[in-house]
Amino acid sequence: MDTANCFHCGNEIIQKDEVIFDEKRFCCNGCKTVYEIFSQNDLTCYYDFQASPGATPQDIQGKYDFLDNEEIVSKLLEFQENSTHIVSLYIPHIHCSSCIWILENLQKLQQGIVTSQVNFPEKKVRVTFNPEQTSLKKIVEMLCSIGYEPYISLENFDEGKKKVDRTLIYKIGVAFFCFGNIMLLSFPEYFEVEEYWINQYRDFFRWLIFGLSLPTFIYSASGYYVSAWKSIKSGLLNIDIPIALGIVVMFIRSTVDIVFDYGQGFFDSMAGLIFFMLLGKLFQIKTYDFLSFERDYKSYFPIAVTKVLPDGNEEAVQVYDIQKGDRLLIRNQELIPVDGILISQKASIDYSFVTGEAVPIEKKSGDKLFAGGKQLGKVIEMEVLFSVSQSYLTQLWSNDVFQKKVEQQHKTITDKISRYFTPALLLLAFVSFFYWVFIDVTTAFNVFTAILIVACPCALALTAPFTLGNVLRILGSRKFYLKNALVVEQLAKVNSIVFDKTGTITTNEKTSITYEGSELNDFEFKLLKNVLRGSNHPLSRRLYDFIPNQERMEVSSFEEVIGKGIFAEIEGNIIKLGSSQFLKTMTENTHKKTKVHVEINGIYKGSYVFNNQYRKELEQLFEDLSKKYNLYVLSGDNDGERKILEKMLPANTTLVFNQKPEQKLAYINSLQQNGKNVMMIGDGLNDAGALAQSNVGISISENVNVFSPACDGILDASQFGKIAFFMRYAKNAMKTIYMSFGISLLYNVVGLSYAVTGNLSPLVAAIIMPLSTVTIVSFVTIMSNVFANRK
Amino acid sequence: MSVIYFLISISIFVAVFFLYAFIKAVRSGQYDDDYTPSVRMLFEDELVKKETNKNQINITEEKQL
Repeated sequence: MDTANCFHCGNEIIQKDEVIFDEKRFCCNGCKTVYEIFSQNDLTCYYDFQASPGATPQDIQGKYDFLDNEEIVSKLLEFQENSTHIVSLYIPHIHCSSCIWILENLQKLQQGIVTSQVNFPEKKVRVTFNPEQTSLKKIVEMLCSIGYEPYISLENFDEGKKKVDRTLIYKIGVAFFCFGNIMLLSFPEYFEVEEYWINQYRDFFRWLIFGLSLPTFIYSASGYYVSAWKSIKSGLLNIDIPIALGIVVMFIRSTVDIVFDYGQGFFDSMAGLIFFMLLGKLFQIKTYDFLSFERDYKSYFPIAVTKVLPDGNEEAVQVYDIQKGDRLLIRNQELIPVDGILISQKASIDYSFVTGEAVPIEKKSGDKLFAGGKQLGKVIEMEVLFSVSQSYLTQLWSNDVFQKKVEQQHKTITDKISRYFTPALLLLAFVSFFYWVFIDVTTAFNVFTAILIVACPCALALTAPFTLGNVLRILGSRKFYLKNALVVEQLAKVNSIVFDKTGTITTNEKTSITYEGSELNDFEFKLLKNVLRGSNHPLSRRLYDFIPNQERMEVSSFEEVIGKGIFAEIEGNIIKLGSSQFLKTMTENTHKKTKVHVEINGIYKGSYVFNNQYRKELEQLFEDLSKKYNLYVLSGDNDGERKILEKMLPANTTLVFNQKPEQKLAYINSLQQNGKNVMMIGDGLNDAGALAQSNVGISISENVNVFSPACDGILDASQFGKIAFFMRYAKNAMKTIYMSFGISLLYNVVGLSYAVTGNLSPLVAAIIMPLSTVTIVSFVTIMSNVFANRK
Repeated sequence: MSVIYFLISISIFVAVFFLYAFIKAVRSGQYDDDYTPSVRMLFEDELVKKETNKNQINITEEKQL
């Protein structure tokens, strides 16, 4: 083991913190402790499945005290009986087979745990335990001690049993059963051999097929009838109308056929059609069980907080039970759940949740604290002003506009096509009917039904689900998780992209400033710091904060040339700070890097380089995007960064600063009023309104397991630079759909030519239908993969 | 020739039985998590082995993922 990575968590080991234990190297005591726990319990196999799978355990002192409260515990439990309790815990860290292994061996670590089972896609572990030997609190604390801290939030508290909807699977099962059996039973008739025994048993076979088709017709296809009916009622012609019509006509005509002994009917095609279309629906549904796209404040809020009773004792109390006048204890990193007044001396509150501003705000005793802030540092005490439901943040959330609209006014591409397809189809059917009526009434009916059957837009309806389903999968494997297939279509329509600033185009890492040039001595540092004190330029402020504290000196003259630099004199020393033009040093003029050059007493010393905290792909990305999209940057911060951003981003980028969450929402709305199709990319809760208002709201996240606000898609921050590619890909996906529509129309034309002339036999239908399905499905799959590999 | 009635009834019956088994399996939640079991089945009982031959453990372990 000569790598300098921690044996437990894989993080780089900082020399002075290194802990060596059992000939293994650890980055901190926490990791070592976990290893110790595992080795004492003979569980070191944990490290065999995956190298350094662990996480450093966090300090949880007192954090889970609320699990002593039985009322809260009983809400969290899934099942509760005398000696058996079952609880499902969400553990974001679950990520590999080692995790599964250790979490399924929990009973070895703690007495009283009976079994534990991991659901990997949902990142949940389901623990069955005996409450007489252990408690939920002990289990949670044990999980924390081995680095698997569960996430328990207010959401867990409210959520009832989730119902899993498996109807679609049942429908597919039934349809497949019927389809397969009908096909088998139809085989003798396909060959139409006029043999004795076929004639003998023909009726038996046909009625059996009729019977088998009933479950598909009535149960499996029911969704299409409902949808078609709804669409007729609302006056829209969606694709489900010709589908439902086709199915019904197929069924009726086939029944008539066998009743009057005209032929075998189209039951096989009907069952196959329903089966394939349902399959398409299933394919389109790609869910990411471990992600949620509809979060509200509840998933951020704690279940309980510590209340200080009048007699000085502490008690865990449910957030909903907090009342005005209560005194609460807020620990380091804990979220303030209600509005209140600070009682302790000082607090530093991180409001990044609400405002997006990452710098913590200092509060003094008596100041008002708003819900949603996070305390950093010492434990503070506060007095409650409003209960949870009346606090500012919750009020904001309850605001209707902040909820993502369930059904947006969006027509899918298939619906758009079917608006023309459906009337055209009906027209053709009636025209042919009237043409044939004068020749032969029976044929007229045959032709009429045959047209509806063959044109039943199976391939048309399959195109979009299969393409979009595949696109969702491909994007998902590239860490861009979309809520559903609709989002791909909307993505292709976007013409304006709005970025949030903090956390979206910037990274969370602190800005680093480096110095290049000849070393400065202590005195020169002192001079520099004192000059900078007088300047309000954002770069000066940052540099001022960067240079360690120095003695104060009298600045005898000070002149700031706006946009260029500072010229100052201290105790006879002349100091020049600023851009390279200002200093006339004519070193390289790389405008890509932000530099402050330093000259003391006429001697050029060097320059401070501001490695900006913007994502490094930012400039390239904006340049790519600016060719096709209107770009906007909305920021909750002040406009201190305007200059830097203007320099970095293309000229046509609109920059707007000082935006509150409501204003961001209003801004998006005004863009939409001007006919723009807006995509919003943001991160924090402060963008939640804007994300909901926009046509496509994408939330960007450094760690997708951490919660993000309600949105249409979640993008892993490492993929930020690929946004341009994703946009192009969405457009290509739509192109694929159009191409495939062309092919399926071709099939329809071929089929219709049989139908119009009155030659559609069940055999032809049974060949065309699966053939078109297979071609369409393979075409769109291949195309979407080809586009994905194209850069 | 009536044997055909008999055979087809049997075949339909078998098919119905499978459909029933499928629906029952879906209903019991068997298909809800299609990943974890595939990993779980590769775990042997490491803990027992550990006691019997401590040194060979790394050789016999499979690395997945």
